[in-house]
Amino acid sequence: MAIGMVIAVGVGMLVMMTGLVTSLNETRAAYYERYRLAEVFAPVTRAPDRMETRLAAIDGVSAVEPRVVGAALIDVADFDLPVQAQAVSLPDFRKPRLNDVFLTDGRMIDSDHTDEILLLEAFAQAHDIRPGDRIDATMNGARRSFQVVGLAQAPEFLYTTAPGELIPDDARFGVIWMSRSALAAAYDMDGAFNEALLSLSRGANEAAVMAAVDRILDPYGGTGAYPLADQASNQLVSEEISGLEAAAVGVPPIFLAVAAFLLYIVINRMVQSEREEIGLMKAFGYTNGEVGAHYFKLVLAIAFGGALAGCLMGIAGGRALIQVYVAYFKFPFLVFQLDPASFVTGVSVSILSASAGGLLVLRSVFALTPAAAMRAPAPADYSRTGAIGHTLNRFLDQPSRMVLRRITRQPARMAGAMIGIACGMALSVSMITIYAGFDRTIDLTFNVIDRSDVTVTFTHARSDATIFNLRRMKGVTFVEPVRHVPAVLRNGLATHRGVVSGLPPDARLSRALDSDLADIPLKNVGIVLSTALATKLSIRPGDTLTVEVREGRQPVLQIPVTAVAESLLGSPSYMDLDTLNRALREPNRVSGAYLSIDEAHATDIYAALQDMPTVAGVSLKSQAEVAFETLMNTGAGAIRYVMGAIAFVITFGIVYNAARIAYAERSRDLASLRVIGFTKGEAAFVLLGELAIVTLVALPIGSVLGYYLSFGIAAGFSSELYQIPAIFDPASYGFAAMVVLGAGVASGWLVKRDIDRADLVSALKTRE
Amino acid sequence: MARNTFTTKGITKVYGEGRSAVHALRGVDLDIPEGEIVVLLGPSGSGKSTLLNIIGGLDRATKGDAYFQDRNLSEMTDKQLTRYRRDHVGFVFQFYNLMPSLTARENVELVTEIARDPMEPDEALAMVGLRERVDHFPAQLSGGEQQRVAIARAVAKNPTVLFCDEPTGALDSTTGRAVLNVLKDVNEKLGATVLIVTHAASQAAMADRVIHFADGGIREVVVNHTKLTPEEIDW
Repeated sequence: MAIGMVIAVGVGMLVMMTGLVTSLNETRAAYYERYRLAEVFAPVTRAPDRMETRLAAIDGVSAVEPRVVGAALIDVADFDLPVQAQAVSLPDFRKPRLNDVFLTDGRMIDSDHTDEILLLEAFAQAHDIRPGDRIDATMNGARRSFQVVGLAQAPEFLYTTAPGELIPDDARFGVIWMSRSALAAAYDMDGAFNEALLSLSRGANEAAVMAAVDRILDPYGGTGAYPLADQASNQLVSEEISGLEAAAVGVPPIFLAVAAFLLYIVINRMVQSEREEIGLMKAFGYTNGEVGAHYFKLVLAIAFGGALAGCLMGIAGGRALIQVYVAYFKFPFLVFQLDPASFVTGVSVSILSASAGGLLVLRSVFALTPAAAMRAPAPADYSRTGAIGHTLNRFLDQPSRMVLRRITRQPARMAGAMIGIACGMALSVSMITIYAGFDRTIDLTFNVIDRSDVTVTFTHARSDATIFNLRRMKGVTFVEPVRHVPAVLRNGLATHRGVVSGLPPDARLSRALDSDLADIPLKNVGIVLSTALATKLSIRPGDTLTVEVREGRQPVLQIPVTAVAESLLGSPSYMDLDTLNRALREPNRVSGAYLSIDEAHATDIYAALQDMPTVAGVSLKSQAEVAFETLMNTGAGAIRYVMGAIAFVITFGIVYNAARIAYAERSRDLASLRVIGFTKGEAAFVLLGELAIVTLVALPIGSVLGYYLSFGIAAGFSSELYQIPAIFDPASYGFAAMVVLGAGVASGWLVKRDIDRADLVSALKTRE
Repeated sequence: MARNTFTTKGITKVYGEGRSAVHALRGVDLDIPEGEIVVLLGPSGSGKSTLLNIIGGLDRATKGDAYFQDRNLSEMTDKQLTRYRRDHVGFVFQFYNLMPSLTARENVELVTEIARDPMEPDEALAMVGLRERVDHFPAQLSGGEQQRVAIARAVAKNPTVLFCDEPTGALDSTTGRAVLNVLKDVNEKLGATVLIVTHAASQAAMADRVIHFADGGIREVVVNHTKLTPEEIDW
């Protein structure tokens, strides 16, 4: 029954997780298709409308939608700071060919009224804005008042992240949709567009299309077309789903392996205790196959029953959980789909693993001759262990010798129990290590690497005189310039679309740090890559990196990699600010600044920043930290708590199982001890002493296993967005050891209770 | 007259409840005098082992009192029963119940380490004729030898009473006789009361007293005035 449950949990998780992943993928695909999400995004500085026909003529392009997008700031009542937003145009008088929106409340905009807008639903809800409300927003330096006529969702904004930030946060980034003509007027884009959306015809060559798009838009300041796979929101959704997928692949096999092991033990015990019946059946003329089939059927019944229950549990669990995820991903509808393959896999894997356990036992059934089966088994031979007795004779009483001899006589069996418990220890160690890793990521990111209070982003690269303006503000204690330059980093075939950050050589607020958290000096030449980026590009210090700048003159630079920096959030790369500016031939430019401020003047500073026309956005580190924690605790990262719970349950299960098996094997010896006058405690010592030794030896072994397992699990939890390091801290080991010892004590107590209750008379009557 | 090692008054033992209840003992009254060899005889299920288990402190009566000397076993706590078994009782079972992980001597030491007034382990093993095989493990001993180790283990504590449940049940006649001889020696040399449960009627001939069981009660008690030695018994 218990084994069936373990199988059921394993299969249930498999069915549930794969069903979840399949459903999410299907739902996402359906959502993208229904709202015609573009497959290629091509940002450009300012391209005339007539380019639309040239783009549409590219071989493999099925539809083109030119649009205007721009950065905006929205004033919201509950924030001191204006919130960054993206303004996106919708065509006048027709539905967009690509990147349609899903209206959730209110009505569509009327192109005749230039002050009507749609607002992203998640953002509106975060600030309690409803259709009919008016909001103030700053676009291109001009402040205007708008009428919110409807709320909408869109597949391109499942996750929204403010420019220059990494963490998606509904409350701190909004999307405004308004008519093309109104938005074009605001951004001086009459008769022009600054982003082209393209969809591809079946079988089109995506890379070739992007190259053609780049050729057409290049004269107009095209910064490089990128595919849907690189689109920010889609990238995050993909990360989350693949995180779930990893869990779907990784966790169920652990359960099934444990189940196979348990099944082996139980059937083995059963065959031992039914040896007389087996002998009798064989004596009556049943063949090995017939007797074996009897036990094998039992194995199959347990496995099949468990798998079936697991499938049902998986369907029910999947249905419940998918609702949570649909809400989490903000999908407007749900395509619930089970993966039929997962049923087949679940059932066949559970039957296979159970059979593997069963077959091992059947060997011993076949080996029994009728005569031998019907005799009581001979006492186990301990003669080879006698030597221990001689050397330790003087120090040990008889019960201690029994414990030691049993361990030394059956090293394989003891090793099995030991490895089992060590695995439990390893699981616990690695899960606790991972918890520490998550904390470390937050700490390193927000307290060590970034020591600023406020990050200011300018609308575009400015003269560094702007920095002096910031320094003059009352309450600002330190200002550090930064220049972020969008670029494609390329090493051979490996590419990364990201940002190169130019930092001053004596950076104090945002720094490049090595693995010992010491400052990495940014040399005159060269670029410093974060570990995640160096790994992604498979590049090492000393190699040369190709940097295709996507701003200004868009130079292609060859820059040597000078060092690898520790970073657990995002994939940053750093250069010396002046070197970067020289390479771009744009001296003394900055695109933003990190500020240290005196909290007492915070409100004044925010107000002053809000009035600076050059400021595109202001973000507070404290808010970013909260958003990051929320992200790690709600998405794929949340699975760590489920896995942690499972790890502890498995640990306890293994320890308890080891204790139960030891008890089952020794119940007769223990009863004999009780009969000849041993107290309950003295008799239990023989068993629990063994358990204690096995557990204690398992702890260091488990610690070593856990050390290596931690790296694997940490890698599994790490995503493109954040990395989880394996943090080895004595406290993790101590706590894991406490968990295992706790499981040992609890198991010991449960078994001791059975020893105390054992009926001496019936225990004696059963032969081995 | 010798005093009684055991006195039972109306011992009843019922297994199960209601319609499925089985009456293993139906009000047994019995006196077993000190220093005798007593054989409890009867077919399977007649209640002889149940009685042995109750007066041996392994089981409790459903009703009635069982006295060891002047102490009422029915009123003892589990702790007191353990103490009673440890200090006064030696057990010998049909399947020996030795610890496979301990040598012959160590199996005996298991008891001598906790007993109040034990003999030397080697002395006990010498009594059963196993002086030469003290360092052998049970797996290296024959059935008869294992049973003799079990007896040595039972007598090494200088027990007041020795309980033997089918001690020769798994042995051939030669080995069985040797075992019975040991039991007789123990009775004579140590003065222990020896209770033997068996369904081999011939063994009754070596007893001072034979108690015949049937249907959960005592059918008759026969006192032997002339005892046979184990060698003289028909097997």
